[in-house]
Amino acid sequence: MDANRTDSNAPAPGYVRPRVRITNATKLFGRHAEIQALRDVSLDVAAGEVVLIIGPSGSGKSTLLRSVNRLETLTSGSIWVDEDEVTDQRGDIRRIREEVGMVFQSFNLFPHLSAIQNIMLGPTTVKKQHRDEVFPRARALLARVGLADKENAYPGQLSGGQQQRVAIARALAMNPKVMLFDEPTSALDPEMIKEVLDVMLDLARDGMTMLVVSHEMGFARAAADRVVFMDEGQIIEHGPPAQLFDTPREERTRKFLKHIL
Amino acid sequence: MASVDKKPSVQITVSDGALIPDRAEKDLFSAWRISFFGAITLLVLFPVISPTPYLDILRFVPDGILTTFQVTVVSIVFALIIGLFTGLGRVSRITIINRIATVYVEVIRGIPLLVQLFYIYFALGQFVIVPRMGAAVIAMSVCYGAYMGEIFRAGILAIPKGQMEAALALGLSRSQAMRKVILPQTLRMVLPPIGNEFIALLKDSSLVSILAVSDLLRRGREYAATTFRYFETYTIIALIYLVMTLFFSKLVSIMEERLERNGR
Repeated sequence: MDANRTDSNAPAPGYVRPRVRITNATKLFGRHAEIQALRDVSLDVAAGEVVLIIGPSGSGKSTLLRSVNRLETLTSGSIWVDEDEVTDQRGDIRRIREEVGMVFQSFNLFPHLSAIQNIMLGPTTVKKQHRDEVFPRARALLARVGLADKENAYPGQLSGGQQQRVAIARALAMNPKVMLFDEPTSALDPEMIKEVLDVMLDLARDGMTMLVVSHEMGFARAAADRVVFMDEGQIIEHGPPAQLFDTPREERTRKFLKHIL
Repeated sequence: MASVDKKPSVQITVSDGALIPDRAEKDLFSAWRISFFGAITLLVLFPVISPTPYLDILRFVPDGILTTFQVTVVSIVFALIIGLFTGLGRVSRITIINRIATVYVEVIRGIPLLVQLFYIYFALGQFVIVPRMGAAVIAMSVCYGAYMGEIFRAGILAIPKGQMEAALALGLSRSQAMRKVILPQTLRMVLPPIGNEFIALLKDSSLVSILAVSDLLRRGREYAATTFRYFETYTIIALIYLVMTLFFSKLVSIMEERLERNGR
């Protein structure tokens, strides 16, 4: 988008560039592009902001999240992470992905690697950092997610909650500017949800910019600066958690909240 | 354990190898024991009862066994290399590479191994002189490379999509993700079917005797041709092949058990 390019080159005085800027994101699926996963979605996320995306299944929230590190390619529209355009096909997506951490619903830990090796893979492979340098940091990250004693455990030997915490540590090892969470607690047994949310809460307090697809209301109220409600590929409304949950403006939001509360 | 494990439990089965004995399948296991120890007993008993010609045969063929092993091992190594690249080619997103790999597999699988052997040794032999052993190894590797390629392809596709996504999300390139994340997992998965192919190749290696490579079968023919002891010779040859394949199928099943115990 030309308009974007000019304002990114010459920001207006007092202008603070959003950490993530999504402009008119549209994504069509299907053989005849008949399924509209995203319809003209625009969303800015400021540095340090925690944004929770809610909405019924199939509303496009995961697609939106996965577009931010180009696991999904947009049909049109643009996404920027700081000064880098994710949607620029000629750009180096790997450099952007280094700075955008992602946590998946099904953890996706590498089963053939131990917890510590999972965490070290990114820095040693992508950033070519030396093992001796990465190792203490990886250990510190494991301790941070409360798993200092699981260094040599393989994913198969860990509970779901533990696996997800290792997955968060793995993403953090790259020192990302933004963290994307795609339904991080949906695959967990109820008693394990809290341990994962606690780690995320800790991250939020630390000032991490976070985009979270989740229906965890407790987490939203405690940590989110903003909640975005999506339906049928569009953002229906957004606002601070208290406002959106207690006094939603739109009828559709109200209906949806009634279902999940 | 994980409450949601997206990894589908995939087992790759190949039908053309020997039957792999598994403790769980009692019938098969005892069938393996009967065949294996039966064959060994006969191999011992025959020479004891009538040293001529059985003992003579057993003295005559060992260097053939060695050649059979050489052909098999060298071919399997090359077949593995060809197969790995073919498998990668088969899942490649680059159309031309994908096409080449797929055509290779289709063509090779559509031509009998015996014809391929003839083709490389006799037909191509009109233009380039290939030593017998070389022709044998090339034909076997090229042929089995195609089958290996399909095994590697299945193994790569059996790794859940989330693995590649997680690797890409970290900033790894596709080839880094392949090397560090996908292939190590593929390797464990394809080890048993590869063991199977090894056994199949061991058996098929008897075809190279047609090129006058002195493998086990060829040595048998040489002995029989001079002594006219066809029944005795081929009985021994068959028993030796049987013992070898049963031995290796046992090895593969032990390997499978180990993998299952250590895996995930």
